[in-house]
Amino acid sequence: MPETEGVAGGSGRLRWLTAEVIALIEETPRAKSLVLNIPGWSGHRAGQHVDVRLTAEDGYQAQRSYSIASAPEDRHVMLTVDRIEEGEVSPYLTNDVQVGDHFELRGPIGGYFVWTAAAGGPLLLVAGGSGIAPLMAMLRHRALANIDVPAVLLYSSRTYEDIIYREELDGLAAKADGLRVVHTLTRGHPEGWRGETRRIDHAMLASAGMVAAERPRIFICGPTPLVEQAARSLLELGHQPDLIKTERFGPTGS
Amino acid sequence: MSEPPISRGFKGRKRQDVPSGRVPPGQHLTSDFPVLSAGPTPRPQLHSWSLALHKGGSLLGKWSREEFGALAQTEVTVDIHCVTTWSKLDTHWRGVTIDALLKAAGLDAPPTAYVMIHCDGGYATNVPVEDLINGKAMVATHYEGQPLTPEHGGPARLLVPHLYFWKSAKWVRRLRFTEADEPGFWESLGYHMYGDPWREQRYAGD
Repeated sequence: MPETEGVAGGSGRLRWLTAEVIALIEETPRAKSLVLNIPGWSGHRAGQHVDVRLTAEDGYQAQRSYSIASAPEDRHVMLTVDRIEEGEVSPYLTNDVQVGDHFELRGPIGGYFVWTAAAGGPLLLVAGGSGIAPLMAMLRHRALANIDVPAVLLYSSRTYEDIIYREELDGLAAKADGLRVVHTLTRGHPEGWRGETRRIDHAMLASAGMVAAERPRIFICGPTPLVEQAARSLLELGHQPDLIKTERFGPTGS
Repeated sequence: MSEPPISRGFKGRKRQDVPSGRVPPGQHLTSDFPVLSAGPTPRPQLHSWSLALHKGGSLLGKWSREEFGALAQTEVTVDIHCVTTWSKLDTHWRGVTIDALLKAAGLDAPPTAYVMIHCDGGYATNVPVEDLINGKAMVATHYEGQPLTPEHGGPARLLVPHLYFWKSAKWVRRLRFTEADEPGFWESLGYHMYGDPWREQRYAGD
């Protein structure tokens, strides 16, 4: 099926590495980016994720998966974590972690939900909330690799303040190199807002997306209802199922 | 391996919230039922749905939806474990065991030692036969008393609860017996060939 290879290039065990937090970026009131220095890191492709493992003083451990938001070309790995209030790991990563702290991770993981410049385009990206993270890795890769394949990002956020990477996305779109960014806000919008103001639906994908004849490579990442709706609408619009790759996350208590 | 570094200030959940002996290493409990799929949810026409057993080019058995529903039905209550680290306890399923399918196909014994599970949407996963027989696995059509929804693999999914849940393939249509243990979809992408949650076999080499 896919034109991809294994988790770690196939050479032996995926080892746990120790990451050092070298910067923290407050993306939104709920989301924080952690910039990591990871000795021994083998590099990644845009769209892949890592498993993070935290260890408490009594030896208790908790593991969760987080998408990599940085491009392969970036010097450091960035994870963007959305705080789930009743969660176990995300409140720690977004509230408690400080620059200089360490935790374990291993990766990169996942060889399917991946886009490389070599794979070409056009590219149709659909994101909901923190589902933007692996798609941002693709857009950063597209920019840093100077690939001007046509690309559309349709990005659903709750409110204006909840838009992750807002200024950077504005900057990427302003380069006018074939990237179009369409925002939609589902729970209120500021005065003068010119983007969309409802959940992603068939009509929005028909107007904002690309036509099936262009055969875009499609990546959808977000909460399950958004992914189900978007994938279904895109099939109805004539896109081929094997060009649609999805990554879903539910409220898994992370 | 050396001691893992302590994550300063990390406390984690209250330990008594985790029933001992039921949650494999690296897993945490969820009360939701998260959905994870690599592509769009297939929605096959139910009137043309069928489940088949194959070996090589030969058909060993094939059942329409009605025929499948007339086979001996089994109910189980089991714990399930996803490689993305969530586990869910006491899930209740109904379906047809692989033993019952083999019997219905007139087979006294499985023809080979391995099976490739093939699904609508192109997904495939490999499972040793001994992990499918003796009541260890079924093709499930009902979850918590209701027909399986498309997002969760309806009309039918494999259920192999003692392996990581990617082995419990959604939208199953064909069980193909193979002589060798061939990698399926995720197994070709670096995930473990077997996937025992109690031995934390998440990725190749684990």
